[in-house]
Amino acid sequence: MDSQNTFWKSAVKNGLLAGAIGLYSTLVGLVQAFNKRAVIEQLSLGHITLLLSWGVVAYVFLNHHREAESKGKLIAAGALVGGLGAFLVALLPMTAQWVDYHFVFVHAGPEMYSLLTFGKGPWVGSAMLVAVGALWGVLIALVVSLPTFWRNSVVKAFLITITVGLLSDLFSGMTIGWMFQPFLGVEGLNILGAVLVFGLSIAYDYWSAHRKPKESAEAVATEPTGITKAQLRRMVVGALALVVVAGLPLLLGSYLSHVLNMVGLYTIMGLGLNIVVGYAGLLDLGYVAFFALGAYMMGLLTSTGPLGIAHWTFWEAVPFSILVAMVAGILLGVPVLRMRGDYLAIVTLGFGEIIRILALSNWLKPLIGGAQGILLIPKPPLFGFKIQTPIHFYYLILVGIGLAAFVAYRLRESRLGRAWMAMREDEDVAEAMGIDLVVTKLTAFAFGASFSGLAGAIFASYVGSIFPHSFNLLISINVLSLIIVGGVGSMPGVFVGSLALVGLPELLREFAEYRMLIYGLSLIAMMLLKPEGFWPEPIRKRELREEVGD
Amino acid sequence: MSEKIKYFLERISWVDIMVWLFGLAILVIAVIGVIGSIHNAYYTKEQWMDFVVFGISQGGVYALIALGYTLVYGILFMINFAHGDIFMAGAFTGYFLAAKLNQYGIYNSHPIISLLLIMLLAMVTSVVVALITERVAYRPLRKAPRLVPLITAIGASFTIEYTFRGLYGSGVEAYPDMKIFVGKTSVLGLRILKVHLLVIILSILLMAALYAYVQYTKAGKAMRAVAEDKDVASLMGVDVDRVIVNTFILGAALAGIAGVLYALIFKQVHFFMGFIPGIKAFTAAVVGGIGNVPGAMLGGFILGIFEALGPGLILEGLGIPASYQLKDVIAFTLLVLVLIFRPTGLMGERLSEEKV
Repeated sequence: MDSQNTFWKSAVKNGLLAGAIGLYSTLVGLVQAFNKRAVIEQLSLGHITLLLSWGVVAYVFLNHHREAESKGKLIAAGALVGGLGAFLVALLPMTAQWVDYHFVFVHAGPEMYSLLTFGKGPWVGSAMLVAVGALWGVLIALVVSLPTFWRNSVVKAFLITITVGLLSDLFSGMTIGWMFQPFLGVEGLNILGAVLVFGLSIAYDYWSAHRKPKESAEAVATEPTGITKAQLRRMVVGALALVVVAGLPLLLGSYLSHVLNMVGLYTIMGLGLNIVVGYAGLLDLGYVAFFALGAYMMGLLTSTGPLGIAHWTFWEAVPFSILVAMVAGILLGVPVLRMRGDYLAIVTLGFGEIIRILALSNWLKPLIGGAQGILLIPKPPLFGFKIQTPIHFYYLILVGIGLAAFVAYRLRESRLGRAWMAMREDEDVAEAMGIDLVVTKLTAFAFGASFSGLAGAIFASYVGSIFPHSFNLLISINVLSLIIVGGVGSMPGVFVGSLALVGLPELLREFAEYRMLIYGLSLIAMMLLKPEGFWPEPIRKRELREEVGD
Repeated sequence: MSEKIKYFLERISWVDIMVWLFGLAILVIAVIGVIGSIHNAYYTKEQWMDFVVFGISQGGVYALIALGYTLVYGILFMINFAHGDIFMAGAFTGYFLAAKLNQYGIYNSHPIISLLLIMLLAMVTSVVVALITERVAYRPLRKAPRLVPLITAIGASFTIEYTFRGLYGSGVEAYPDMKIFVGKTSVLGLRILKVHLLVIILSILLMAALYAYVQYTKAGKAMRAVAEDKDVASLMGVDVDRVIVNTFILGAALAGIAGVLYALIFKQVHFFMGFIPGIKAFTAAVVGGIGNVPGAMLGGFILGIFEALGPGLILEGLGIPASYQLKDVIAFTLLVLVLIFRPTGLMGERLSEEKV
């Protein structure tokens, strides 16, 4: 009897939690802003945000009790959690006639209330909302009580369908967009498309689950003979990837190429910061300083405006941008040689801010333009041809990434790279082993900074004019976030991270206001759930898991 | 004695010399600036006094925030990067009560009660935000490697900032003027702004109260015990989790009040206002010696005064125009200098490297 009581008590608690999360996302304005983007026919991302905020709580709660409780009780509890969650959110429109929420909460207003109540007025609409919440809870309870394979598969298919629906604009924007037309609504997927994606995802899961044993037997069988099948496959995949990467901008068109370019610039910076944070274990929060220095150097050396001092071409200026960033990396590295961990983070953050404040100040205005920045930075010429459009720049940035990745890879495998990693593990032990900490630290700062300088130089030439406002702390945080999301120390992780943190938000431009909120939440979630990142370095993963498991 | 000197000389490496030279160069530049300013006499004596009083009052605010950093750092050895935003949460929420009270005229008819109510609301908001942050973002990671909670804290900082932007909007709101605190008054023959006087008195009172709490109550004793050694404290029957929560509550409450005081001086509140004061307060905590309660107070006042005097005293003497734009540079430079010459801070007794 007692355990019964605690079960229902905890159901009520979870319902309240679901409601609190729902209220939070509503009041913060997520639901309303996301309502502008349809995912599947009329169902908008706003609806999905609400449903997810109740659904995740209900799913976790019910899954926890799946073994112990009967199916009927799970369904009832699901309805309770979902209904209670919806009821708390429905309190907003119900009480809005007596309380002026808008005085405090900017998003609370008629538009939000009518969205929550399906435009049916406070009482009927709220009842509908609660009913939807309860039904959703029941649905989740049903999914939870499925066998493990189907449960996972359905959840995965649901998430994939939402993602595809969300990104469906991407398909229609492509040059081969017409191929996807039958499955797209005015905005988002249509019902046919949604069912298709859902079905395909489950079918793929089913297929891969039943195929596995056969494949591994095959791999074992072919192993002794020369090139294994896996190797061959890897080569084919590599070649295909190369072709796709080279042809991508032609396929994607100008806007998406611009998005890819931003991803590319952040990838170069990420590869650099990865050396400092990932290999050498020095937490640098002022990384934007070197990006700014690279960009300003490029601006000063090439600009055809009044601030230009040399009127060089891009190619002549690039080495200087990199060099200046490198020297700055060493100079800023000297005072922090003795600092570790948290202190280092704050001091480097201070450096980043100092560079921005100086760029903005009246003191240096005659030299670098103050708040007005440097204008008229020419595009890079190439054998009589001018690199101009985002598509052209895509290839330039690709070369930059290739260079950066090659250098980063060779460095990691070198003696210096091993010294960095030894230092990351334990400075004192590394020193005792004969590693010169000063040289090791300063080279890490210098190489990291030089990558950022390169990215800054390309950026300056790409956008054509630079302003101090483009170089704020958020860039440092973005770069740090993306290497963490990808997996600290992992090179493919950098690319995955920048695709997720720079590419996605660029595509979801209308939610720009919530970009940083989602960043913050994902940083926390990442550290709680998957501290090693999406594409971790094997050693790193083992370490983090061990230490967390302690 | 000569043994000691010999030992000292043996321990110096060329890194130390390089770092010291770097620091010395900054100090020399600063001295040149001071001489230049004094020589040129840009400001009158009265103006200098104004700078100092302003510096003390903003230093009081820094000190109150710095206490939150120091308390948490003393116990968990982590920088609560989101502390500046907890300060913002209180100040921003307090604004709405202030505006409502002003609308009904209570704000000026009962200023003391209004101020107390606003501070109470700010405190409660800050505490709630801090408790949620601690529960969701910090507690599960207490045993994780050091980098992990720091990154979570950065994430928490952004989450709080943009949550409040979403809730309250991205506009800049201004606290209404409280009539009895407008204008100047004279204290010991000095004419100073009433608001500054209020902030100085309140911040000193709060600090005294906090010091007494930490030093003389049982809960304060438990807090110091946990800071000394968690495991031993828990063996002695101290509920460590409880103490950690208490610490967050205490720090956040002070930050909430500091938020209101900050808003009284600077009037404006917005969702990003916590970032710079947060970093400054951290700097203050480091200057005083992180983990040390009186150190944080001292560091706050020193930083506040430095920042108020610095642009006029040092930078203008160097011939830099519009030097007030560079006051943040002064704060960060002070941080670097302290870390170079006295990494344990002015009042820190334990070696910082041991902990870091």
